[in-house]
Amino acid sequence: MEQLVESISKIPQLIVYGIISGSILTLGAVGLSLTYKILNFANFAHGDVMALGAFFALASLTFLRWLGVSATPFGSLSFGFPMIIAFIIAILLTAVTVIIIDRILYKKLRKTGRIILLVASVGVALSLRNIIQFIWGPDPQYYFKKIQIAKKILGIRIKPDEILIIGIAVLLVLLLHLFLQYTKMGKAMRATSDNMELARVTGIDTDKIIIWTWVIGSALAAVGGILVGIENKFITPELGWQLLLPIFAAVILGGIGNPYGAMAGAMIIGLSEEISTAFISTAYKPAVAFIILVIVLLFKPKGLFGGK
Amino acid sequence: MAILEANNIKAGYGETEILHGVYIKVNKGEIVSIIGPNGAGKSTLIKTIFGILKPTKGKIILDDQDITGLNPDKIVREGMCYVPQTENVFPSLTVEENLEMGAFIRNDDYRGRIKEIYEIFPDLKQKRRQRVGKLSGGQSQMVAMGRALMLDPKVLLLDEPSASLAPNLVEMIFEKIVEINKSGVAILIVEQNARVALKLSDRGYILAMGRNRFEDTGEALLNNEEVGKLYLGG
Repeated sequence: MEQLVESISKIPQLIVYGIISGSILTLGAVGLSLTYKILNFANFAHGDVMALGAFFALASLTFLRWLGVSATPFGSLSFGFPMIIAFIIAILLTAVTVIIIDRILYKKLRKTGRIILLVASVGVALSLRNIIQFIWGPDPQYYFKKIQIAKKILGIRIKPDEILIIGIAVLLVLLLHLFLQYTKMGKAMRATSDNMELARVTGIDTDKIIIWTWVIGSALAAVGGILVGIENKFITPELGWQLLLPIFAAVILGGIGNPYGAMAGAMIIGLSEEISTAFISTAYKPAVAFIILVIVLLFKPKGLFGGK
Repeated sequence: MAILEANNIKAGYGETEILHGVYIKVNKGEIVSIIGPNGAGKSTLIKTIFGILKPTKGKIILDDQDITGLNPDKIVREGMCYVPQTENVFPSLTVEENLEMGAFIRNDDYRGRIKEIYEIFPDLKQKRRQRVGKLSGGQSQMVAMGRALMLDPKVLLLDEPSASLAPNLVEMIFEKIVEINKSGVAILIVEQNARVALKLSDRGYILAMGRNRFEDTGEALLNNEEVGKLYLGG
């Protein structure tokens, strides 16, 4: 009984951790959901694209340090000006890499069917992970080493970096929403995701839509990967692999192909993984995502927000 | 004067040839129907004309331009639009967004055109902010036609516009087709509902087994005994 009370008393703090982890997962899940629906295949390389973004940022930080750019942190955050540059460079390089992969691999396979694309993406995932490991080695690589002191707000501990993580995720999700709802290209993207054949006979340049989808998906993934690095201070080549399951769980939970469902799914997965640690060992966190996934597939195979 | 002409078209799926040398012609301002039994190749013909299928032989001329072998996204730019039989709307988009997508290749201000579409289909104006997936079959068909009219095409291709509609709606849709035609759009219809279609058509073609069987004015085909017995159900 006493133990239960103690577990429950941890929950408010864990909710905050859940929101932080949900914010990061959201950025991965939205991109995965968009590519899933528009390109019609489950992209198993999406987690490793997030890792790629994180390592491109690391490379940029290393390069800027070599150039001697001052890394004085902003206010109480752990990082300074170089991180902004790192974000921009990582987003650009990740998007370009993903488009190159699409042009030389996925584009040629597009007519052969979704299973072949899926298997090809597993190959891309393994290649990316091994290239990263080849260059940086298997050990953790640090973005910064300064230890940040958490602030206490209403008895809940949160670091300034973490507030920023949530802020960035909210901002990007909002921008994506505005893009999808109110711009011509965003509407055409939704139309293409509804029915690519009809989009084509309507005169929509679906190849351009596919490129936009990759750019948006990989940009969000890169930011998600960097935010993992900011939250943990370090990154490893396994980062993408570890994120892949919760991201897939989030996408399926929210109804495949529905970006808004993916956001909700990511929050549910993030929160339940964290809250579970009040009752069971932290080691079971990935299992929690799995169990939720299985339950949803059993009772609502189209996801919580799927099926029109 | 012909606005659309398809000559000696041979086409099909893969190795299977469905059309063995079909011709049709649509003159400016006409409504032309293609009718015939199931499997006659009507839908194959309209898909070939619109560039979804590529003919192995034959020529397709739109307004004096050879469009044979062009892809649909090029053909819409040449002034011909198409309404597929099924899945002809974007269900998760609103009515107005569907119309906007119809104008995707236009870079000018197309709001005036949307107003004109709402004048043809007043029901759609009230539903403009609703998702098309939630509309009835008749309204959804109007959205599909409105979308195809956004580019103000010279020729409109309709694949079975009355399919899957309740009988009372069939008449309404055909009235709209006549109204669209009167605004200056030539229309080519593929239709199962042969009697209704021929009644409002200037001319009609009857296809069977991938070949032309009859060609005449709509009225003459309706009164032709042989056509009646073989293709209009007696």
